[in-house]
Amino acid sequence: MIRLKIDRRKFLKLAGVGGAVFASGLPGWAEAQSMAKADDFLFVQLSDTHWGFQGAPNPDAGGTLRKAVAAVNELSPVPDFVIFTGDLTHTTDDPQERRHRLTQFKEIVSAIKVKDVKFIPGEHDASLDRGKAYGEFFGPTHYTFDHKGVHFIVLDNVSDPAAALGEEQLTWLKADLAGLDRDARIVVFAHRPLFDLMPQWDWATRDGAKAVEMLMPFKNATVFYGHIHQEHHHATGHIQHHAAKSLIFPLPAPGSQPKRAPLAWNPAQPYSGLGFRQVGTRPAAYGFDLTEFPVAKKA
Amino acid sequence: MTTGATAAWTRRRWLKAALAAAAPAALGLGTYHAAAAPRQVVIKMTVKRFEFSKKVIVVKKGVPVVIEITSLDVPHGFAVPDFHARAEIVMPGKVAQVRFTPDKIGEFQYLCDIFCGEGHEKLEGRLIVRV
Repeated sequence: MIRLKIDRRKFLKLAGVGGAVFASGLPGWAEAQSMAKADDFLFVQLSDTHWGFQGAPNPDAGGTLRKAVAAVNELSPVPDFVIFTGDLTHTTDDPQERRHRLTQFKEIVSAIKVKDVKFIPGEHDASLDRGKAYGEFFGPTHYTFDHKGVHFIVLDNVSDPAAALGEEQLTWLKADLAGLDRDARIVVFAHRPLFDLMPQWDWATRDGAKAVEMLMPFKNATVFYGHIHQEHHHATGHIQHHAAKSLIFPLPAPGSQPKRAPLAWNPAQPYSGLGFRQVGTRPAAYGFDLTEFPVAKKA
Repeated sequence: MTTGATAAWTRRRWLKAALAAAAPAALGLGTYHAAAAPRQVVIKMTVKRFEFSKKVIVVKKGVPVVIEITSLDVPHGFAVPDFHARAEIVMPGKVAQVRFTPDKIGEFQYLCDIFCGEGHEKLEGRLIVRV
C-alpha cells in the first residue's frame, strides 16, 4: 500500500516553511483521504523555468532551476513522474541560441532522479518557430499517456503564436475522448489557461473553450497549467483548473495592477513567490492533494 | 409641383450638406457622417516589435470605432478584450481592420495577442472611452 505521507520534518529542513496544501476533487474527498489505495501516486509539476532569462527580477536566474531540481530530488516518497508545463527556456530570436538554451535546460534537469520526466512547450519555447526546436529535443508537443488508471492529455496551445489549439488538435482531442468512458479519470496539462482568465494580459487560449466543452461530459476532468507564474485555482463548471508557480519570477495577481510586469525580487526573502507543486493523486476517489513547495530554503 | 426657385434652394442645401460631410475626410481627420449610418471613427496605426504607434487611443462611448492597423515587421495581433474585438492577424504590409462600438466608459487595454518575441508582454496600449 502506498501511503501519501510526506516526511514533514525532512521537508521543513529543506524548505524552511511548510508547503500550502490545496485539496481538490469530488465531494467526500476529505473523507476518502484516510483510505489510501494501491494505485495512489504522486507527481510533481514544475513550470516556467525560463532558462536563459537574465534580469533584475531574478538575480539568481542561473541557479534557481538547479535549486528546484535539488529540492525535487529530496522529496520522499519519490514521485512517479515529473512534468514541466512549458516555458522551459526564455525566448530568443536566434534559432541557434534557442537550441543552446534547450540543450542546457535538458542537461540541468537530467539531474532529476525520477526516471519519468515529461515536458510540454510554452510560447517562449515554441511560438517563434512553431515548435520546431522544441520538437528536436522533446518530441511531440501534444500527446497522451496513462498511469495507474488516470488518462493524461497533454495539449499544445503555444506552437501557434496566436495561442490557439487549432482545428487539427481539437479533432485529435475529440477522437481521444471518444474512446473514454464518461467516468474516466482525466488530467489535462497545458501551458496557457484553457479558459479566459485575463485576456487583457494574454492569459487565455483563443479556442480553449472548445476543449473545455469537449471535457464537460466527463465528470472527472482536471487541468494543470502554467504561464501565469503564480498559484491559481479556478473552476469551469465541475472542471478544476490549477495554475503553478514559476521558477524564474512571479507575476501579479490577475488585474491587480495596470501591467503584468514581474514582481520585484525581494532580497529579504529571496525566491519568494517561486516554487513547484506536488500532486497527490488518488484515482479511486478522483481527488488531488496539491502541495506547494518553495524553490529553496530561507536564507 | 416644384417651382424653379424651390428646386434651386434644394440643390444648394444638398450641396452644403454633402460638403459638410466630406470636409473631415478631406482634411484627413478620419471621420465622416453618413445620412443614415451612425458616425464612426477610423483610427490608423502601426505596430512593430515592441511598440504600437499609438500608445493611447481616446474614443467616445456609443460611437463605432474602426482600427486600421498594419505591421512594420513581423506578424502581430491586435485585441481589445473588453469589447471582444480582435484582428485575426496583423501582417506586414497589409491593413487589418478591427471594428467595435464601445458601450461603456473607462480605461481599457489593447494588446498584441500573437507572440512576437521577448518584448511581447509589453506590447500594449490604453483605450480611453469617454462620454
